[in-house]
Amino acid sequence: MAGFDHGSNEPDEQENNETISRNTSLGLKLFTVYLALYGGFVFLNTFSPAKMEVVVFAGLNLAIVYGFILILAAFVLALIYGWLCRNDVASTNSKNGGAAQ
Amino acid sequence: MIYEPSFMAVIIFGGIVAITLGLSFWLGAKAKSAKGYFAAGGGIHWFVNGVAFAGDYLSAASFLGICGMIAFYGYDGFLYSIGYLAGWIVALFVIAEPLKRMGRFTFADALDSKFQSRGIKLAAAISTLVVSIFYLIPQMVGAGALITPLLGFPHYVGVLMVGTIVILIVVTAGMVSTTYVQFLKGSLLVIFSTVLTVLILQRGLSTDPVNDGKSTHQFQIIGPAASNDIKHWKSELKLNEKDRLIPLDQGEWTTKDYLQLTKDDKISYWKLTENADKQFFLSETQYKQNNKNGSTIINGLPQGTGEGETDFYPVGRISKLPGDEKETGPLGITEFLSTIRESELILWGSDTIKEKDGAVLTIYFPKPTSGKKVLSPGNHPKFAGIRRDEIYGKLNFLSLMLALFCGTASLPHILIRYYTVKDQASARKSTIVGIGTIGYFYILTLFLGLGAMTSGSLDVTNSNMAAPLLAKSIGDWLFAVISAIAFTTVLGTVSGLIIASSGAVVHDLMSSFMKIEMNDFAKVRVAKIASVVVGVIAIVLGILFEKFNVNYLVGWAFSVAASANLPALVMLLFWPKTTKQGITVAIFTGMISSLTWILLSADSYKGIYGLNPDHAIVPFSQPGLVTIPLGFITLIIVSLLTQPKPEGMES
Repeated sequence: MAGFDHGSNEPDEQENNETISRNTSLGLKLFTVYLALYGGFVFLNTFSPAKMEVVVFAGLNLAIVYGFILILAAFVLALIYGWLCRNDVASTNSKNGGAAQ
Repeated sequence: MIYEPSFMAVIIFGGIVAITLGLSFWLGAKAKSAKGYFAAGGGIHWFVNGVAFAGDYLSAASFLGICGMIAFYGYDGFLYSIGYLAGWIVALFVIAEPLKRMGRFTFADALDSKFQSRGIKLAAAISTLVVSIFYLIPQMVGAGALITPLLGFPHYVGVLMVGTIVILIVVTAGMVSTTYVQFLKGSLLVIFSTVLTVLILQRGLSTDPVNDGKSTHQFQIIGPAASNDIKHWKSELKLNEKDRLIPLDQGEWTTKDYLQLTKDDKISYWKLTENADKQFFLSETQYKQNNKNGSTIINGLPQGTGEGETDFYPVGRISKLPGDEKETGPLGITEFLSTIRESELILWGSDTIKEKDGAVLTIYFPKPTSGKKVLSPGNHPKFAGIRRDEIYGKLNFLSLMLALFCGTASLPHILIRYYTVKDQASARKSTIVGIGTIGYFYILTLFLGLGAMTSGSLDVTNSNMAAPLLAKSIGDWLFAVISAIAFTTVLGTVSGLIIASSGAVVHDLMSSFMKIEMNDFAKVRVAKIASVVVGVIAIVLGILFEKFNVNYLVGWAFSVAASANLPALVMLLFWPKTTKQGITVAIFTGMISSLTWILLSADSYKGIYGLNPDHAIVPFSQPGLVTIPLGFITLIIVSLLTQPKPEGMES
């Protein structure tokens, strides 16, 4: 497992308040996006299950397509979050020249 | 069903267990301190931790339960996959980084970081123990269910084996070995599920699936007939004068619509159904009769593999393919799903009837179902409420989906994994890897479940065996590998839960709440003793709860975790007026109210007490919709009532 060894536990990251605030705000925004997607899915299943039978793409019904979209959206939003949070807010001012993750 | 033990499965299983234990002993040398034992020294690589997240999360319920539910009920099982994954969004965007920032060993650390309150430590520790033990029971029951077909041992031997191996793993090196076990298992699960999915698509679909070189038994479905006329059925069944076909309308049979056929002194039962066009059908069934003297009859003969004995037929097939084809050949991803949608499949239902002489009959009957219905929600009895007009069925579904969404980020064995990496960035990155791995696996579950549904290999009595039996229908080697992975799935999840429980006992209860002074060495020693005790409790409960439905118990754990832990975590992070009293009372309120709701629900009336579910006190079975908001409201009210007085007022 070269490269994945049980290594040092010294944090690479020294967070400041701006970084924490930026990450929290971004997390909440992306959470709201996903909550709307998930909420729409659950409400459609609950109150209009017949709509989930409609074929929408390549012979697949809305139930399958929406389900796959929810799974893919979780990963895509997670990647976006990881990408946008990769640098410390104050990285240009820090003595190490930033704690890029 | 009777399973032949597989020599190859035993060898592969033994190999994987030996590697796992070897890894544990080797890594044990690296974890001498308390931080090493509980949190792997905070030095696990984020990628390893991310895959280990998947290992932790893809428990017996996820792997065996979801595949089985899809195989027996179609799309409804996939709803669990979607709900389980969505919960990770709460974990990543709301919980992961603050939790890592605030805690050290347990999630109680995080809750208590602001207040240093013994009350919070006590509440969080009890909640951790309750949720972990609820989550442990289905894992142990799943272990027992797996060991029977794998090695041919009884249920309790399987539970004892898993318990003993897990205690050995946990006691040797704590979180380090548990993490690598989960990494190994998570990787193997994803790799071999991919292999299995590719083989399912390569095999395509057939109306006559072959298992071990034998065709699947084609159950007779006679009809349609314009009326329910015995003479007509006798003629269709080509019965002679000695044969007897009688409608059953006494006792518990009254509402079940069965006919009993006695032919050559062998009794069989036929299910009568009527469709929307008032046409009647008569279906051949298979049944199990448990007599009062302990003997078991299957389809009119003693259960066994010898002469004069019989066993259940494997089930699960497509009855009609589009264009009345017999088989499709290899299919692509969307082609596989769209072909199933345009086909007709045979699903299975069951009825249980208690006879006057004390014998209990469980009858399994085929239900021809359109592919459109199979790939739509509302086929599982617990989800059927969304297809009806009454509101409680819909609320029950909403409640379950809410609990799945909120439960993940409240599970103690998931939360402690945030302390095994060194910083918040690693916590974030490992969660992203976890979401990718788990999401990919959950997409595969749809193909595995539908593959099992059409494989002709299902055990009609045990949905948990769908994935291993699907693998067996493709090849013995694959069955051996998948069974071994399923077993390590149980091993890994149980290890994580025992670590979380021992952390709660030593760190939260003994050290923080009881204020017992212990050095690092003593903490680790006591934690290992606690692990053995929790492991033994898990073994005992796993044996006692043998007959319980695995998914049912997991649902409990999710609901209790979400109701007790999530309100406290979220409000602590986002509401400055949160007080220690608010957190403590909210945890106890969420935990007790969700447990009480579950115990007073129709599911418990039927499954635990054997009472009429219509007499249940609460209107629907899933508590989350009521008890999660209750946790939040309680926290807000108690916090507002216990606000610290402003400094000026005090003076």
